[in-house]
Amino acid sequence: MATTTATATAAPKYWSGGRSPFNVEYGKLMMWYFLMSDAFTFGAFLIAYGTTRFAANGWPNPNEVFKSYPGGTNAPLVFVSIMTFILIVSSVTMVLAVQAGHEMKKKGVVINLILTIIGGLAFLGCQAWEWTHLHAEGAWWGHNPFLNSNGSIGHQDFTNFFFTITGFHGFHVFSGVVINIIMLIMTLMGVFEKRGHYLMIEKAGLYWHFVDLVWVFVFTCFYLI
Amino acid sequence: MEQHTSYSDVLHEDTHGGGTKEVIKVTIILSVLTIIEVVLGFWMIGMEENGFGKHLTKGIIIILMLAKAFYIVGYFMHLKHELRNLIMTIVVPCGLFIWFIIAFLFDGNSFKTLRNTYNPVYKQRTTEKAPATEENKEEKKDEKKPAQE
Repeated sequence: MATTTATATAAPKYWSGGRSPFNVEYGKLMMWYFLMSDAFTFGAFLIAYGTTRFAANGWPNPNEVFKSYPGGTNAPLVFVSIMTFILIVSSVTMVLAVQAGHEMKKKGVVINLILTIIGGLAFLGCQAWEWTHLHAEGAWWGHNPFLNSNGSIGHQDFTNFFFTITGFHGFHVFSGVVINIIMLIMTLMGVFEKRGHYLMIEKAGLYWHFVDLVWVFVFTCFYLI
Repeated sequence: MEQHTSYSDVLHEDTHGGGTKEVIKVTIILSVLTIIEVVLGFWMIGMEENGFGKHLTKGIIIILMLAKAFYIVGYFMHLKHELRNLIMTIVVPCGLFIWFIIAFLFDGNSFKTLRNTYNPVYKQRTTEKAPATEENKEEKKDEKKPAQE
């Protein structure tokens, strides 16, 4: 119903003053713009990675490099697929938390936020293991022990890009977990109930989904392609 | 006729969306797309480097990646249910990425071609198989460094 009226009278209704032409709250709009700028930061990183890769004669094969998981060493893609699913599931629980917030159900918000935080921590744990493992193999900024797929000496920037980009993403996950913990505390204290709306959860949710979105790109660019 | 006070206007129209059913649907779509991606990733392992099949598979994976991005932004981040005005201010600037990606990847490729043409030493160093002894040396260096620190 609202959409039909919006399309019929969109121009006079939203741009004639008196109300927000975007029909969202200020903070949420700014979160969108922040995420857009963040998307360009990640985009710049990934495009720099792509440019370097296009300029290189050889590049390490991700299936050779990322084939370890806790307790084994010959299963390419398995561990990172698990990490991807953890992030998708935590994104789903975040959506459910936002929905519970719409319906003003405090209990639903709390439960789903806790699940989201657990998912975020699990992802960070996986990443910490992966970094430790790669570091033990001799990979770090400035050190690339892996040979290129054509057998030549490994490209230096392979590890540089890997640790920089997954590190930057991991930092986003970490801050997302911190934000979610703050949201959880505020929900438990009843701040949003007093305010009459759970819009803060929505903004935290946008940020969390963005972290998931970035992982979709990082996962594809580093592990699959 | 309407009261234009802070949140009340915004809140009511903001709740449109598919609800839990839509969340479940999108979750299933995202999971299936990820599974297809991973299967293609496994399938690609045996393929010939720089062959047509490998490039085609990579292209399919990129298309699946964009589909996943669409579902996350559109449904999880709720952008599809926002007003057209808002959607356009977010989506249109992201069109810059089209130029950004094409320009930079072409640049990288051209740099590779130029270096391979005019710098034979570089070409030899990056295409020749790494000698076994040097590889061992490198490994030793890497092992020593963390131990000393």
